[in-house]
Amino acid sequence: MLTELALYSDRLFMGAVGVFVFAMVLHGAEYAVHRSAKAVLVGAGGPALDEHESHPEGTPVRSRSERLGRMGVALVVLGAVLLAASIVTRGLAAQRWPLGNMYEFTSAICLAAVVAWLVVLRRSPASRPVGLFVLLPVIILLFLGGTVLYAPAAPVMPALQSYWLVVHVTAVTIASGLLMVPGVASLLFLLRRSGRLTGVADRLPSADVLDRLAYRLTIIAFPLYTFAIIAGAIWAEAAWGRFWGWDPKETVAFVAWVIYAAYLHARATAGWRSGPAAWVNVAGFAAVIFNLFFINMVVAGLHSYAGLG
Amino acid sequence: MASTEIATRPPETGDSRAQNGLLALLRNAWRSLTSMRTALILLFLLAVAALPGALLPQRSLNQRLVDQYFTDYPAIAPVLDRLGFFDVFAAPWFAAIYLLLMVSLVGCVLPRTFEHAKNLRAAPVVTPRNFARLPHHATATLDVGPDEAAERIRGRLRRWRRLETEAGSSRTISAEKGYLREAGNLLFHLSLIGLLVGFGAGKLYGYGGQVIVLADGGQFCNTGILGYDSFQAGLRVDGTDLTPFCLRVDDFEATYLPDGQPESYRAAIGYQTTDDLNAGRVDQWRPYPLAVNSPLRLDGSRVYLINHGYAPRFTVTFPNGQKRTGEVQWQPVDATTYLSQGATKFEPPGITDEQKRRTSQLAITGLLAPTSSGGKVVTSVYPALRDPEVAVDVLRGDLGLDDGRGQSIFQVDQSKIDSGQLVRVARANLVPGQSITLDDGTIITFDDVRQWIALQISHDPGQDVVLVFAVLMLVGLGLSLSIRRRRFWARLTPTEDGTRTVVEIGGLARTDRAGYGEEFDRLRAHLLNISDTDGSDVDGPITAAKDG
Repeated sequence: MLTELALYSDRLFMGAVGVFVFAMVLHGAEYAVHRSAKAVLVGAGGPALDEHESHPEGTPVRSRSERLGRMGVALVVLGAVLLAASIVTRGLAAQRWPLGNMYEFTSAICLAAVVAWLVVLRRSPASRPVGLFVLLPVIILLFLGGTVLYAPAAPVMPALQSYWLVVHVTAVTIASGLLMVPGVASLLFLLRRSGRLTGVADRLPSADVLDRLAYRLTIIAFPLYTFAIIAGAIWAEAAWGRFWGWDPKETVAFVAWVIYAAYLHARATAGWRSGPAAWVNVAGFAAVIFNLFFINMVVAGLHSYAGLG
Repeated sequence: MASTEIATRPPETGDSRAQNGLLALLRNAWRSLTSMRTALILLFLLAVAALPGALLPQRSLNQRLVDQYFTDYPAIAPVLDRLGFFDVFAAPWFAAIYLLLMVSLVGCVLPRTFEHAKNLRAAPVVTPRNFARLPHHATATLDVGPDEAAERIRGRLRRWRRLETEAGSSRTISAEKGYLREAGNLLFHLSLIGLLVGFGAGKLYGYGGQVIVLADGGQFCNTGILGYDSFQAGLRVDGTDLTPFCLRVDDFEATYLPDGQPESYRAAIGYQTTDDLNAGRVDQWRPYPLAVNSPLRLDGSRVYLINHGYAPRFTVTFPNGQKRTGEVQWQPVDATTYLSQGATKFEPPGITDEQKRRTSQLAITGLLAPTSSGGKVVTSVYPALRDPEVAVDVLRGDLGLDDGRGQSIFQVDQSKIDSGQLVRVARANLVPGQSITLDDGTIITFDDVRQWIALQISHDPGQDVVLVFAVLMLVGLGLSLSIRRRRFWARLTPTEDGTRTVVEIGGLARTDRAGYGEEFDRLRAHLLNISDTDGSDVDGPITAAKDG
């Protein structure tokens, strides 16, 4: 029964990855169709959603781009549901909170990122073209999670058997997932401002919108990340005998925290507000990802359980 | 405080030019130190300076890895060492960065605290003349008199700080809200200082130590540094003033999954508190189930279960019939299978002649497999004690115990083997109950295997302070990032017949946070009974651009 559940979980995971890949293809097609249409039909009529393709000449091509994009978003929702189901069945199969190793952690971070993205999209549908670039890191992470980091469903070692696992790791996961979207938004902001790759960049929301998107999500994620670090310190006090010991994972978490603190300060400093602040935000997310993968896989430390030997 | 003094002191007349220059220099240095730009640069420096602490091996974490680094990179390791890269978090340059950051923080936050206190008592800013210049504004004519219109606005702005003024026939209301944002901001920054102080107190007055105790009645008392196998003292700790308590380990049980992954560790221990010891209750032990994630907390000290291992027991029967039993912990060398290695050392009894004694000391060294693979080459296949076997060399000669040098309890002195003073006299694989007989008739029996546990004892008087300030910091952060400081103005002008009122409203977010637009729209809809856009754009980019 439990092994079957674990099997279902794995299949749901693969299903989610497949659906996300397909969603990304559709988002990509949205760009392609739009670009090829632009030359022909500048200023074509507004999107007509119910139009059929039976009269190809009359159909504004923009609506096809619109349709592709909407299908992409629908698939992202489906993928998120599959991924959530995969995580839940994983927890049932292992009979514990499903955040016990790198595979599960990566999976949950991607879910958090995708859900955050869908919430953003619901509030401002115009930012849909960003979806392609949110899906890219998500798919890369899920692919790594499903291959390099994969670990079968099993109980965790004694050090991880604590309700602080639920508190600390869940908070870190959600915060990391949330920070992924601002990281992407800041990169796109920089791309938009640089004036390069105009074919892609022109489809993106304005630099202002991207900048605000990044800032708004960061100020939600940053307190959560702070809370996660504090919860981790409380857990470390109970498990390892000290609340802070400059273990590599702790050190890089501190570095990432300081970088995000610098981002918030940069937002309030004349001359740093837009461009430099965006770079700082990107650096912050790079530190989070670095902490997630490099520290666990390359540098040995107390946090390198992860089921990677 | 010296800062404000310097900044506000009037220029001294008739004083020497040098002193003025010095004052100006100090003033400029202080101003640039406390500027936001400096804080930003210091934050970056802090992030960059902490990185080698994660990427290079650190002495405080693992001396062995540092030694390995010296072997691997003999050219650069000494240079890095001299620069403090193996003790980053104790390095003076690291301390310099965070201390400068703290000074900069104090210099920035203290004046802001006074300013905020002043602000809290001040009235909201008077209404601007031209509402159209505000990022959010709207106008409507209401079918009510000015008094009723004012009442409606007052009712809607109940929790805002308000100021009403009359100017000719019209009256204005200015209101401000979100003072908690700055309060949260200040709380966050001041808490950081408290956090650092608590952290520092722990480094000064805290200590930690590790000790291995046999799990069948072994005892440990926290009475001095000598009781520990290793000890890390805070800068102000000399080890004479430890909180006394005693522990006795009655039993240890580990359970494993079929693939050898540990599932649980549990040690049944008894303890005696300082009060118990002072009252002389030395025969009673209070029971406690010590487990990972469940430390024993005693009068400011904490006891943790951090490792476990095995101690083989050997009995040596000497040719004269005397027996000696040795039971010393061996060190796990494989974290998965708990294959262990060690050295159990014996002194021959009843030999008074120094020379003879030094040729007949015995050591049993080798490997212990808790679950043996069997066969000639013994290795371990499972961490639990299912089928133990040892593969040992018996060495005889001078162990070097009298050299006055400390030696590892897990090893024999290799130099004694190299110099031929210590010679291997037998090699055997033994299961419990088996024995070997040496050439001189000495019989060595492998009796059985006991378990030991490693305990960590920690004392940190600063950690509660750190926790309190960490929570305050989080509260401050939440307030300062979620609350918007915003202003609202209304001007009410009665129409000529006095039955209707022209109401102009305007809003301005004072902080770098878009989103006042939505709230302003709700205010407008409620106050002016209109809901379409009228100059005020939802989520307006203007809000994000220039205020704050």
